[in-house]
Amino acid sequence: MTDIVERPQGVASRGAALGVHATEEAQKRLKRRYASEWRFRAYGLTAILISITALAVLLWSIVGQGYTAFTATTMSLTVTVDPALADPGGKRAQDDLRTGDFQGIARAGLRSVFPDVKERSDLRALYTILSNGASDAIRDRVLDNPALIGQQITVRIPVASDYDMYAKGFAAKTPKGGESRLSPKQIAWFETLKADGKIHSSFNIWFLTSGDSRQPELAGVGGAIIGSLLTLAITLAIAFPLGVMAAVYLEEFAPKNRWTDLIEVNINNLAAVPSIVFGLLGLAVFLNVFGLPRSAPVVGGVVLALMSLPIIIIASRASLRAVPPSIRQAALGLGASRVQVVTHHVLPLAMPGILTGTILSMAHALGETAPLLMIGMVAFIVDIPSGATQAATVLPVQIYLWADSPERGFVEKTSAAIMVLLAFLLAMNAIAIFLRKKFERKW
Amino acid sequence: MSPSLVFLAIAALAVFGFFLGRRRVLAMEGTRIRASIHSLPSYYGYYMALWCIVPAAAVMALWFVVEPTIIEGLVLSAMPESYRAMSANQLTLVMADIRNFAYGNAGTRTPDPAIADAVRNYHGLHETGAWIVSIVGACLGVAGFAIGFWRINPQMRARNRVERFAIVVMIIASTIAVLTTVGIVGSLVFESMRFFTKYPVFDFLFGTQWSPQTAIRADQVGSSGAFGFIPLFTGSLLITVIAMFVAVPIGLLSAIYMSDYASPRLRSVAKPVLEVLAGIPTVVYGFFAALTVAPFVRDAGSAMGLDVASESALAAGVVMGIMIVPFVSSLADDVIHAVPQSLRHGAYGLGSTKSETIRQVVLPAALPGIVAAVMLAISRAIGETMIVAMAAGLAANLTFNPFAAVTTVTVQIASLLVGDQEFDSPKTLSAFALGLVLFVITLCLNIIALAVVRKYREKYD
Amino acid sequence: MLATDTQTAAAPHAAHGKRVKMKATEVEVYYSEKRALNKINLDVREHEVTALIGPSGCGKSTFLRTMNRMNDVIDGCRMAGKILLDQQDIYDPNIDVVQLRARVGMVFQKPNPFPKSIYDNVAYGPRIHGLVRSREETDAVVQKSLERAGLWKEVKDRLHEGGTSLSGGQQQRLCIARAIAVDPEVILMDEPCSALDPIATAKIEELIDELRTNYTIVIVTHSMQQAARVSQRTAFFHLGDLVEVGDTAQIFTNPNDERTQGYITGRFG
Repeated sequence: MTDIVERPQGVASRGAALGVHATEEAQKRLKRRYASEWRFRAYGLTAILISITALAVLLWSIVGQGYTAFTATTMSLTVTVDPALADPGGKRAQDDLRTGDFQGIARAGLRSVFPDVKERSDLRALYTILSNGASDAIRDRVLDNPALIGQQITVRIPVASDYDMYAKGFAAKTPKGGESRLSPKQIAWFETLKADGKIHSSFNIWFLTSGDSRQPELAGVGGAIIGSLLTLAITLAIAFPLGVMAAVYLEEFAPKNRWTDLIEVNINNLAAVPSIVFGLLGLAVFLNVFGLPRSAPVVGGVVLALMSLPIIIIASRASLRAVPPSIRQAALGLGASRVQVVTHHVLPLAMPGILTGTILSMAHALGETAPLLMIGMVAFIVDIPSGATQAATVLPVQIYLWADSPERGFVEKTSAAIMVLLAFLLAMNAIAIFLRKKFERKW
Repeated sequence: MSPSLVFLAIAALAVFGFFLGRRRVLAMEGTRIRASIHSLPSYYGYYMALWCIVPAAAVMALWFVVEPTIIEGLVLSAMPESYRAMSANQLTLVMADIRNFAYGNAGTRTPDPAIADAVRNYHGLHETGAWIVSIVGACLGVAGFAIGFWRINPQMRARNRVERFAIVVMIIASTIAVLTTVGIVGSLVFESMRFFTKYPVFDFLFGTQWSPQTAIRADQVGSSGAFGFIPLFTGSLLITVIAMFVAVPIGLLSAIYMSDYASPRLRSVAKPVLEVLAGIPTVVYGFFAALTVAPFVRDAGSAMGLDVASESALAAGVVMGIMIVPFVSSLADDVIHAVPQSLRHGAYGLGSTKSETIRQVVLPAALPGIVAAVMLAISRAIGETMIVAMAAGLAANLTFNPFAAVTTVTVQIASLLVGDQEFDSPKTLSAFALGLVLFVITLCLNIIALAVVRKYREKYD
Repeated sequence: MLATDTQTAAAPHAAHGKRVKMKATEVEVYYSEKRALNKINLDVREHEVTALIGPSGCGKSTFLRTMNRMNDVIDGCRMAGKILLDQQDIYDPNIDVVQLRARVGMVFQKPNPFPKSIYDNVAYGPRIHGLVRSREETDAVVQKSLERAGLWKEVKDRLHEGGTSLSGGQQQRLCIARAIAVDPEVILMDEPCSALDPIATAKIEELIDELRTNYTIVIVTHSMQQAARVSQRTAFFHLGDLVEVGDTAQIFTNPNDERTQGYITGRFG
């Protein structure tokens, strides 16, 4: 320390009465430093604003394109159920009725509204207003009550998608240069119907209850919702118990050795493996080796369970770790066995966190698409699945399928399906947040 | 008799066994002098219930795993000669057809007679199998019940046995993760090997031409599909780089701003926004990219006189970047918070401004963690499928022009495997080779990143 | 009683002929609603070491942190009263906190070198404040500061190794060198030796005594021996009050307040 005493006192720059930090130069430097401080803040704020804007634009574009799908344009059509068309055999048997020409009945009903339209080509143009759903609606009525044959009935039927789009004001906005899909004549007929009060706009319940269809006006997400629920139920039933047990073992019982290290590394890596690779696993192992049915929710559920498992394990372990060791020691000190300590004390205390993590991983699984494409859940499926081994599709895959369809009507349906999916996700996240808030505990 | 009903019956028997076991051990205690029960009575109940249900359930579960293979083998051996002579690939198709008819997934088609016979056979065997497994299951259940009942006595350490069983089950559960990895690696390597017997490894890894469509017919001997991996890799890379250019600055700056600057009000808005962005399914981002962003980019480009493809890499990359922003920001947030507060105080104590503290002390200290976060983000971008499947193209162009259309590894995997698959054509098998490469790349990135993170954590713990 | 104490404590400063460098008047600090300090009045004289002693949780560290506004970075911390640095209130809105901290440096309880090289640790302050323009000037400041901190001989051959590779005592001296390099007028030390072994502590104490010639030093310590060894004046804090302040010799031999008496004789604390 002697060197300090020897050298002259005071740093060279010192000496001015004001000190180095109060000179004019120092003030100037300070100004520059604050300018750069301000710029840095501005960058940060911009970054956050970009995120907020991106979310706003995304939601706005989807809601803006999709909200109209929740209303349907329908038409009241009065038709005479001509026995010659509905039941040419005259036996009134259900099977015969099923094959009746209800399309013809609907067309006749439409002709009676426009008696002036005689030309063949005009008639063809006129019929385009009828959706395939029209004949189905009449057939269903007649099947319910065969006595209606020969009588006049009025049915509410959806109009074809192009007219639906026109009614919702989209046809006017055809892409620049492109022609409207409806001719002036067709528009005039539609306006006539409208003027007669035969066109209605009502809540589109079909959209939520019916299965897929090639016709946008008949397509619904009902089948996809059921498929998603079946798939998710299987995912939950597999991933939750396995995940919790694995987490409890690794956190509470596992000895520290190479094997448990290997499991740990494995779990961390699996959590970051691209989801499409899980799809390849499902295809190669579950479909090709085990011969499980393609497109089935059971396979989708297992694949998604394997994908969610590491996420659930990681969340559960974090939650178990948050339980203070003092609680374990207290219970052990009273003579409880290690399994009792876990089942009586640790697990109940960690459960809210485990459930939160599980719900979030289920939300993630609900939105997952890529692995399901690999195992064939991408098929066009009209029927609503009634079991886990039946061919089904799920909401995100339905969105993917519709997004590929060129018709304007499907753009609306796709956006609406996204809204339904987001609503499910929002609900799940809300439950998770509620759980976290309600049982939040600070040790 | 259906196996599921039998299973329910066994489960009911197990519940009954639980109460019976509890009663039995209590009753036994009463009959003996100085007898004290080793464990709580309910453990004897669990003991009995487990004996009753576990062997039966294990055998029944095993049956459901092996059933399809056995039945299909039997069905096949009973089919006419012409079918048995078919190639493995054709047989897979026939089997799939039979399955479809059997499960009622075939629609209204009518099967040809041989198939119809096979379907009937399938149903018959299925039924026989169900009978056998039901009877075996029921016997095991009852036998287990009896064994459990017979073994219960107050000296038996029921708690230890039940707990040991519980731990064994937990150990099995924890090995599922390892089995999953083994399954992934096994299936990818196995199918890739099959691919590489048809197409040279070297040509795959270093070929610059990708056009699987020409090889669509398996019977075209020497069909000359080109499976060069390079253009797919550059496509993935291009889109990933664009995504990183969006995600890293925005994510990092958001994390910094949120942790050091934002008012509670702004934080209460921005945090949920980032969480929502993180929770939006990728298929939604894909739709957004394809329908909103791509046309916008194309129009903006043509307004500036640029030639922009309608499925430009730029649009997909930017949307993917937005998707990854919350991922980067939450990882960066963790990393920034791991930097000890004392370092900040040290810097403030020397008269640093906030931004000087962050840029010159916090960020350098957090650098390893941030690098790891970016690596994880890259791994995520490379593995992302839906955005590129919907917004990027299918044509494999070897280009680094962000305005051109490129395709990626994941898009090709998806497009090769959606629809009919023929497991002896290089076209289908190449998807697994792509999957293997994808798996290896992301695995390397993840392992390095996790190692860096672990080291970094240790430094400040 | 408190008032008379501080009055008597403040009075002798004219007699010593030493300038008052910092002056605290009626300082109160609240953490959210909890009051941590009650109306503290204290003078800190130039080129002296002032020791703040007292049992843990008595507010001495809190008071120290008000002197260069380090409490600003703690959420929910509020302060009332005045602290003058050369007749200027440091809580005046016109005062720039960055500049203030350059003039009133701080050394923390736990050594907290930045994860940079030894050289960069010391050069950091001069660089951000623009005190150096060239490599040569930086070299000179780094060397001078390390010399003053008594660390130069030990590290001159490994200036570009990480600052965290040093031993605890060396790290703390590095932090002192880092503080000196900014050329402050006052150095605040918050229990600088509490994480160190006795040998390292002795070195730092020696260093503090030498630094007094150039700087004004305020040190918080929980060790009365340390206060007796290094300081000229001692202030005793208890439960958020400044009980007594006076010359170190007087406080340790003949305290006015019985609480001080009790503390230094080890009855509590």
